[in-house]
Amino acid sequence: MQKQQQVEADHSTLAVSTVKQKPVPLRWYRWRQRVALPYLFLAPFLLLFMLFFILPLGYALGISLFADRLVGGTVFVGGQNYLQAFQDSSFWEGVRHMLLFMVVQVPVMLGLALTFALLLDSGVTKLRTLFRLGFFLPYAIPSVVAALLWGYLYSPNFGPFAQIASSLHLPAPGFLTDSGMLASIGNIVTWQWTGYNMIILYAALQAIPPELYEAALVDGATGWKVARYIKIPLIAPVLVLACVLSIIGSLQLFNEPSIMATLAPNVIGDHYTPNLYAYNLAFNDQQYNYSAAISFTLGAIVFVCSYIFMLATNRGRLR
Amino acid sequence: MAISVNTPVSREVHAGQMKRTRWTRQSLATTFLLVFLVYFVLPFFWLIVSATKTNPELFTSFGLWFASDFNLFKNLGDLFTHDGGVFLTWLWNTAYYATCTAVGAALIATIAGYAFAKFQFPGRTLVFAIILGSIMVPSTALAIPTYLLLSKIGLINTPLAVILPFLVSPFGVFLMRLYAQQAVPDELLDAARVDGAGEIRIFWSVAFRILVPGFVTVLLFSFVATWNNYFLPLLVLSDPTYYPLTLGLASWNAQASANGGAQLLFTLVLTGSLVSILPLIVAFLFLQRYWQGGLTLGSIRS
Repeated sequence: MQKQQQVEADHSTLAVSTVKQKPVPLRWYRWRQRVALPYLFLAPFLLLFMLFFILPLGYALGISLFADRLVGGTVFVGGQNYLQAFQDSSFWEGVRHMLLFMVVQVPVMLGLALTFALLLDSGVTKLRTLFRLGFFLPYAIPSVVAALLWGYLYSPNFGPFAQIASSLHLPAPGFLTDSGMLASIGNIVTWQWTGYNMIILYAALQAIPPELYEAALVDGATGWKVARYIKIPLIAPVLVLACVLSIIGSLQLFNEPSIMATLAPNVIGDHYTPNLYAYNLAFNDQQYNYSAAISFTLGAIVFVCSYIFMLATNRGRLR
Repeated sequence: MAISVNTPVSREVHAGQMKRTRWTRQSLATTFLLVFLVYFVLPFFWLIVSATKTNPELFTSFGLWFASDFNLFKNLGDLFTHDGGVFLTWLWNTAYYATCTAVGAALIATIAGYAFAKFQFPGRTLVFAIILGSIMVPSTALAIPTYLLLSKIGLINTPLAVILPFLVSPFGVFLMRLYAQQAVPDELLDAARVDGAGEIRIFWSVAFRILVPGFVTVLLFSFVATWNNYFLPLLVLSDPTYYPLTLGLASWNAQASANGGAQLLFTLVLTGSLVSILPLIVAFLFLQRYWQGGLTLGSIRS
């Protein structure tokens, strides 16, 4: 504290020698120190953040309020695009896929990740490093490559599952059919992201001080009870964060269905997920305004979903 | 609870039982994990096996084992010469985009995170809350408007169109703020101030050195995000000479699937996939400390 004052005093006397009045340079110095300097450090980030986050968001909102008319060109239509989206069965079919996917895939993936993390943390196996690296490996590859890989594995022509089935005189499993597609995509995402979530949860578990559950172990609590009543509550915030990030991820599904579309074009049309729909509207139909309205609605749904989830899980706990 | 543990015999029995149940539990858990290890590693194994096969063998031989002749080097040769060696261009593009983005994003996030951690200024809480909130907005919802904006200023179909949007890493700022809070002591900065160093110099020559591990973590994650990115390049790049690997491989895959006759492309896609994932796997194996550190840091929130 004293040092700080001294520095400021030094500076003000320095300033006094050039400018005569004392309070003004002091205020200027303070302003520089408290406002200008921090914002100078933030400037590169904030500038790009404005350009590539705020501006596109605002722009999307803006053009979503207009429509291209055959007569009269681009005209302001207010909320009409949003109204159209609400009545658009293609959009809702995508939303239905997306929500179904989210409700099944996220719990399965996080359940597996939590199980693995608890097992590794409990020291019940000696091959910890092998499992950690092996499970995490799929995260390191592009989701496009993951989708390509699994797409080939699913293939009814040369996929190993179909080969095994045919050698047993069974019909090839319908991974790429109407009924199997969503599960097949869910499997790709689970395969790719379980290890990543496991590492996050494992790190949180390792950060728990052992004293917190040593007493329970001495009292004869089983590993499962320790996990259920001590470890899981302690890592709940991390679990919530992982959940929110997974929900966001699953709601913006695009890469996997777009790769699968090349392998099974009849199953995945142009609106299998809302994201795919927005993409096709913009780039195949040139309906930029409507596409922006869809993108914006999708963004709002995701934001609201994750916000509600955060609120619901934060209830009764201090921030 | 058993009260009879005092007699030596029962204690021995008890210990023996415990040892046995412990052993069963261990082997059960290990078996369970091994089953999943197979699940996670099997596609990689299939990829390696498939990259050694010729096109016909891909269809005729069993997928999970090697075919009679080992064709990997021929496939690699084909991969790098097909279509005038365009694969090498894609590889170079990907490395170039990923490096520029990673270095830029990590640097910008480090500077911003440091400012949030070490300065008190008006608007700090609000600005940080907006940045955190932006993590929840899906990046794909932004991609189409970003494309439209970029096309307005004529940046479409240039490397900048892929690099610039990815320089913004809200999660990186979040991570670096946490890291700077924990790693850089205020006393050190005050000491430097007393010595008369300016704030910018203090950052570069005092704080940044301490922040390097966090910087590398953000660098690594940005690198992976750009290396693996598909959606934005798909929108903003139309010239194949600017394609990154993901886009290139997907375009070959689309060609191969569209005209079933062009089966040569299937082996190219598979061999190309294998080559494209090797650098990241190597990076992750060698930089374990950094990504695990970063994920740990992200988890000590709350």
